[in-house]
Amino acid sequence: MNYFLGLFVSGLTRGSIYALLALGYTMVYGIIELINFAHGEIYMIGAFTALILASVLSIAGLDALSILVIASLVAMIYSAAYGYTMEKIAYKPVRHSQRLSALISAIGMSLFLQNYVRLAQTSNFLPFPALIPRFTFLDLLPFRASSAQFVIFVTTAVVMILLTFLIKFTRIGKSMRAASQDKTMAMLLGVNVNRVISVTFLIGSATAALGGVLISSFTGQINFFIGFMAGIKAFVAAVLGGIGSIPGAVLGSFVLGWTESFGAGYISSDYEDVFAFAILVLILIFKPSGLLGRPENKKV
Amino acid sequence: MLELKMVNTFYGSIQALKDVSISVTKGEIITLIGANGAGKTTTLMSVSGIVRPASGSILFEDRDLNDLEPDQIVAAGVSHVPEGRRIFPYLTVQENLDLGAYLRRDSAGVRKDLEYVFELFPILSQRRHQAGGTLSGGEQQMLAISRSLMARPRLLLLDEPSLGLAPLIVQQIFEILVQINRQNGTTIFLVEQNAYMALRVAHRGYVMENGSIVLTDDTRVLLENEQVKEAYLGV
Repeated sequence: MNYFLGLFVSGLTRGSIYALLALGYTMVYGIIELINFAHGEIYMIGAFTALILASVLSIAGLDALSILVIASLVAMIYSAAYGYTMEKIAYKPVRHSQRLSALISAIGMSLFLQNYVRLAQTSNFLPFPALIPRFTFLDLLPFRASSAQFVIFVTTAVVMILLTFLIKFTRIGKSMRAASQDKTMAMLLGVNVNRVISVTFLIGSATAALGGVLISSFTGQINFFIGFMAGIKAFVAAVLGGIGSIPGAVLGSFVLGWTESFGAGYISSDYEDVFAFAILVLILIFKPSGLLGRPENKKV
Repeated sequence: MLELKMVNTFYGSIQALKDVSISVTKGEIITLIGANGAGKTTTLMSVSGIVRPASGSILFEDRDLNDLEPDQIVAAGVSHVPEGRRIFPYLTVQENLDLGAYLRRDSAGVRKDLEYVFELFPILSQRRHQAGGTLSGGEQQMLAISRSLMARPRLLLLDEPSLGLAPLIVQQIFEILVQINRQNGTTIFLVEQNAYMALRVAHRGYVMENGSIVLTDDTRVLLENEQVKEAYLGV
C-alpha cells in the first residue's frame, strides 16, 4: 500500500509539472491553433535563469527559501519576455499563412533556442541547487513524499486556481475565451486580438518557467535539452485532455503522470516513455478530441 | 455620418468592390440590397476594418476608418452584427452581452443598457445563463443585435439579420430595428437579401451588382422601380 501511495505521489508530481507546461500548449492552441513546439524551450530557459540567479543570490548570502521565491519570479518574468518576443518574431508574421508555416517556424524556434543556450551556456549537465526547504511533517507520512514534491503539487494547485479565476471572471479572461471561439467576432466587439495573443504567451511562458524551476530543484540538474522531452510529454498531456481545453490539459497531465509512474513502478521503468506514448496512441484512436475536448465544430 | 468614397477592395486578384460610394446620414436607416456575392458583406467588413480597401476612403464623423484598427473603430461608435450572427457558442448569453460592452467603462450605463436589451428581447433574460450555442436561430439573432447594442453604437451595421429565420421572427426583428432607430436615434446600415422587408423599413436604399452600386434612391421609389421589382422583389 505504501508503495502504491509513493507511486501515486510521484505521479502527482510529474503530473503537476506537465500541467504547468501543458497549460501553455493548450492556451496557445486554443487561440491561434498553433502547436508551439518551442514551448519546452521556455521551460528550459526558466530553469537556466533561475540557476544563474540562485548562484548569484547564494553568494549574496540569502537563505534558500528567499532564493527560491526570487529566482522563480525573475525566471517567470524573463521567460514570459521570451515567450512574448517569440510570438512577435516567429508566429505573428506567419499568422495568416498556411498552418504548416507556423508549425515549421515553431520547430525552428525550438532548435534555435536550444542551440542558443548550448552556445551561451554549456552543453554539459549543470547541478541545480536544492532550493526547496525541508518540511519535517512530511516525514510522519507512512510513504515517501519529499518536500519538493509537496511544494510542486501545492504550487501547481494554486496556479490552476488563479488561472481558472482569471479565465472565468476577468475582462482579459473573457476576451481570451471569446478570441478562442471566434477571433473576427471578438475584433468586431472591440477586443484587441493581438494583445490577447500576447497575454496568452506571457501567461503560458510564465507557468512553463515556474515548472522548469520547480522540477530542476527536484531533480538537481539541468542542461539545454531538458525542454525537449518535457515539452513533448506536456504536449501529449494536452492532446490527451483535449487540446484547447484548460481543465483537459490539467486532467491529461495527471493521467499521464500516473500512467508513467505506475507503469514504471509495477511493470518496468525502462518502458516509462513507452507508456506515455502508448496512451497517446490509444486516445487518438478511441477519442481523438481528447478526454475533455470539444468535437471539431464546423465554422459556418 | 458615414461616407464611403470610391472604395475598391480586392481578395487576392479578385475585385470584390468597384468604386463603391455610399453615404449615410445621421439618424436614418439605409439598406444595401443585392444578390449573393454582390459585395454587400465586403462593404460592411471594409467599414469595420476587418477587410482593408486597396483605395478609396471610408469617413465616419470625419475620421478615416482606414487608419483605425477594428477595436478603435468600435470605440469610435460603429458596431457590426455580422452575417450568420456569430454568437460565442460556449459563452453564456450574459457573457456574450458583457463582451458587447467590452470597451465601456461606465458600469452604470452598461447595466441600464442590459435592462434595455432585456426589454427589447425578454426571451434573452430568461436564457441569461444558457450557453449561446443552445439558442434557436431567432434567439441567436436577437442576442447578436443585443450584443452589438451593448456597445451603445451611433452606427449599427447589420448583415442579413433575416438569414434562415421564420417570417414571423423576421417581422419581429425588423420592427425592433425600427424601434431602436426611432427611440435612440441609432443610425442603421442594413444589408439584406430579403429586399422587400429591407426596403419597407429603410429610408433610402442602394442596389449592388457585381461589386458596384447600380442604383440608389428613396426606398419608396425603389419599391416601384421596374428593374428592382423584377430582379429583387420577384414581382
